[in-house]
Amino acid sequence: MKLNEKEVEILEILQKDARFEASDIAKMIGLAEVEVVKMIRRLEEEKIIVHYATLVDWAKMDNYTGVTAMIDVKVTPKHGVGFNEVAERIYRFKEVSSVYLMSGVYDLSVTVEGKSMNEIARFVSEKLSTLDSVVSTTTHFQLKKYKHDGMIYTSNEQDHRIVVSP
Amino acid sequence: MTTGKSYIAKSVESMRPSGIRKFFDLAATMEGVVSLGVGEPDFVTSWPIREAAISSLEQGFTSYTANAGLIELRREISYYMSNRFLVNYSPQDEIIVTNGASQALDIAIRAITDPGDEIIVVEPCFVSYAPLVELAGGKAVTIGTTGETEFKLQPEQLEAAITPKTKAILLCYPNNPTGTQLDTAELQLIANIVKKHDLLVIADEIYAELAYDEDHTSIATLDGMRERTILINGFSKAFAMTGWRLGFTCAPEEISGAMLKIHQYAMMCASTPAQYAAVEALQHGIADVESMKKDYRRRRNYLVQSLNEIGLDCHLPGGAFYVFPSIQSTGLTSEQFAEQLLLEEKVAVVPGSVFGEGGEGYIRCSYASSMSQLQEAIKRISHFIEKGRA
Repeated sequence: MKLNEKEVEILEILQKDARFEASDIAKMIGLAEVEVVKMIRRLEEEKIIVHYATLVDWAKMDNYTGVTAMIDVKVTPKHGVGFNEVAERIYRFKEVSSVYLMSGVYDLSVTVEGKSMNEIARFVSEKLSTLDSVVSTTTHFQLKKYKHDGMIYTSNEQDHRIVVSP
Repeated sequence: MTTGKSYIAKSVESMRPSGIRKFFDLAATMEGVVSLGVGEPDFVTSWPIREAAISSLEQGFTSYTANAGLIELRREISYYMSNRFLVNYSPQDEIIVTNGASQALDIAIRAITDPGDEIIVVEPCFVSYAPLVELAGGKAVTIGTTGETEFKLQPEQLEAAITPKTKAILLCYPNNPTGTQLDTAELQLIANIVKKHDLLVIADEIYAELAYDEDHTSIATLDGMRERTILINGFSKAFAMTGWRLGFTCAPEEISGAMLKIHQYAMMCASTPAQYAAVEALQHGIADVESMKKDYRRRRNYLVQSLNEIGLDCHLPGGAFYVFPSIQSTGLTSEQFAEQLLLEEKVAVVPGSVFGEGGEGYIRCSYASSMSQLQEAIKRISHFIEKGRA
């Protein structure tokens, strides 16, 4: 789908902060508010804006035990449907948060979120590796999140500028 | 303990301290201030540029450079200026790397000013122009531009200010504090007068990269102007490198030679790590400039429209990162407005009067702040104005 310059600007602004009001976006890009509302609605309908979510640093919560694993999966592609069919079988599991087809030594990169390491281990051994086309899996557990989706989780960068300067 | 005698030079004693200073002192003591008073980018120098300076230190590049600056940096500047602004200067003898555009201004003014020479300064403008002219023994002749012409210098104003003693005119577009930009046709009218009277132009183009509606035209590109222009530019605004203190001049060989004499005695050379960082900035940093510019443009649009909505008339300026709304509807002077706004609503702006003739009745608001800061500032200014009306 072809997007005009203003639509691209709206996407850039919302991608950084989904909570911008249409009225403010309208001022920023020089359009009437109704126009912006209309454009956003169209982008939502076309699923170019897929979803609005909140970036949460769960590690800040006391007693949080959740874990995230990134799993490299080698698969045998199936005639006619390639990797799509197995990718679909994997992403349907609710504990899977992302699935990417990759170039390189393995095929699918699967991110799995669970309440504990055990839960993820169970998912890999019982659900993932038992799929027909899956040849092998390598599971990496995330130890700490520094930066995600362009956001630094605990940033030390402050505004060091003097309050008034020429 | 004093000896009872003043040792201070008269030219310095008679200088007024920068009006911004007073505000800084006041604002610095307060907590929770939202500042639109800052004349530098809110972006931190991008990491690859910082990394280049660190790497130069690790490799031990800590000695002086050539007076005019590292030759590889001057080559990059030459290429950059030609590429971005269509002006051509030889890295060998027409470019000098300075300690910020501020020092570039100083050597430019000193290199051309004889005692009694008049230098025309177009106000409102950056606070250092007139004092630097006076320190160099010249006379600063000011022209006040006005809100009615969106602070654009009018050709007839310039004509009227020229006398047989006029040596040069100091121009800054895009302008600090008004954000005003001149287009090619408007610049051409100025250039015609400059040529007619055989004057020089010192063109402070430090904000040249931050021109939002059309590409910046350097006055040196106009017919017959290269030989009578000293271009001043630097890394502070475009590459968010204010604290590195790195600028440069581009000027014909004879003038560059004169400026270099002052530079070699007064400064020796610009900071070496900063020069290595600047090489990286010019080689790989342009993409970051573009992305900062996009953000600035949106903030400008937001701020101008919001200020107009809350009753502060404001033209849409073409460049820099300042807007210059009128506060005349409030009945306050710009200093009163800025002081009360700071004390009552904790928003720092700079009164237009500190920038010279034509600035009274206006305030400078910088949009080198995040959108959320701008939104908060608008909320508070709006509250301040409504209170004043009640």
